[in-house]
Amino acid sequence: MNSKAKAQAIFKDNLQSFFFILPAFAIFCVFYIYPFLNMIFLSFHEWRGIGPMHFIGLQNYKELMGDNLWWDSMVHAGYITLIALTFQNALAFALALACDREIRMKRFYRVVFFIPPVLSEVVVGLVWNWILNPEMQNGQNIGFLNHLLYTSGFPQMVHNWLGDPKTALTVIAIVHSWKGFGWGFIMLLAGLQTIDKQFYEAAKVDGANAWETFTNVTIPMMLPVITVVVILTILGSMQVFVLILSMVNEGLVNHTDVPVTRILSSMTETNRFGYACAEAVIFGMILVGVSFIMKKLSDKVKQA
Amino acid sequence: MTNETIFVDKAIIPQHLNFNNFAIAWTKGNFAVYFFNSAIYTVCVVLGIVLIASLAAFAFSRLKFPGKDIIFYMFVAAMMIPLPGSFVALFVLMNKLHLTNTRFGYILCMINVGLSMSILLLKTFFDKMPRELEDAARIDGCGKISIWWHVALPLARPAIAVIVIFNSLSVWNEYILATLLLGDSQLMPLQRGLMVFQGANSTDYPVLMAGLTMAAIPIIVVYLCMQKHIVKGLSSGSVVG
Repeated sequence: MNSKAKAQAIFKDNLQSFFFILPAFAIFCVFYIYPFLNMIFLSFHEWRGIGPMHFIGLQNYKELMGDNLWWDSMVHAGYITLIALTFQNALAFALALACDREIRMKRFYRVVFFIPPVLSEVVVGLVWNWILNPEMQNGQNIGFLNHLLYTSGFPQMVHNWLGDPKTALTVIAIVHSWKGFGWGFIMLLAGLQTIDKQFYEAAKVDGANAWETFTNVTIPMMLPVITVVVILTILGSMQVFVLILSMVNEGLVNHTDVPVTRILSSMTETNRFGYACAEAVIFGMILVGVSFIMKKLSDKVKQA
Repeated sequence: MTNETIFVDKAIIPQHLNFNNFAIAWTKGNFAVYFFNSAIYTVCVVLGIVLIASLAAFAFSRLKFPGKDIIFYMFVAAMMIPLPGSFVALFVLMNKLHLTNTRFGYILCMINVGLSMSILLLKTFFDKMPRELEDAARIDGCGKISIWWHVALPLARPAIAVIVIFNSLSVWNEYILATLLLGDSQLMPLQRGLMVFQGANSTDYPVLMAGLTMAAIPIIVVYLCMQKHIVKGLSSGSVVG
């Protein structure tokens, strides 16, 4: 009798505790787990959003393998990521190193560099949409950049920056880097400040110059933070798309397509929900694979 | 500035300011409605996340029940695995539930977006919190709920500040779910409204800029006031992660 009452009390206690996580768990199941499984399920079907659903096995995936627009979009995202990894992160690291020293207005820089990241992609995109506008009105360039080039004596450089496939992606990547470098800056600076100053003093005593100190003290100590920044940069840059939607306003042009805009247009323009899901599954797997490889690589470097 | 002077003025500082554009944006551009909607969504989502996440994080940190670890690792995994294009499946789901074009549906979706990260952050905070106060409350006869409300939540204020700021930023700046789920212009938040306005009046830049300013100013003000918490949140994330 006693043990039964005890068991009941434990059960009641467990149930009470479970009610604490119930709201979170319910939302998680309905809005995360179910859509996640449904996405995989839909990727094996041909479905137009309404009406009957046809099971077609791996047909969507087979088509995706030969879809040039899709793989082009992947190359575009890779190009943007490459520029973000090199240009954006080098900038972030250089500025973080500079702000780690005792310089004037250190706090001011820390505040200012993080303003672009807190602004929305739509706001940033629409401002650059104006800056890069290629059109003319009443004999004047509407876009600020072209206006500036024209009035400061470089009329031959006036250009349709986003309309030209040769420059569009680079311009997008630069705007993306401008918007994003603050993240890396703050994280790298926080990492730099955790390095014990004794290491620098020890290096100085051993007669190391600035470059040797940088490669032998700073870089190894910063490796965990650098890894996080690199992985976050890759994930963030591969998935950039709202910025592109708001910068390029004449609908979606193929030369500025990235994987997420492909998924979006499969869904909203051609109403191929199954195909959109197959694209999302493949892209998700690629992203997980890339961040897994990056993690393994950094572990290996750490051991060596 | 007007549309004529925006290109003619070569001075860096415009010679005459024209606040008329803000009035035009506010009334004719429908930005009053967009602004109000953004505010509602941000407040509701952030409140929801703080309540739901703190309940769950408190349970994960302090209470015992079967299946606790598995469920917690599900949340962690959800935060680690990138889900590009999850909006396709979410759109399908919301259609099924007849929640497209409702504030409630959009709010639920956005609560889900911020939930995992907030639970993880709060749980780490609760784990480091001393247990003495809770024990004292328990001896005084407090139940679990009142310990959560009277002891854990007030103590977790620094962590809650970080959660409030990050989730406010992400809800205020959210675009794609708002686009897919809210087709009715009376329900649209600012980011969506800006794109609609730009699509309809592609070269009315002065009024568009007024709208952009309205979208950006609250975020910049919040950021400048809460700057310390943001740096703290980011750097704790980078050191832990």
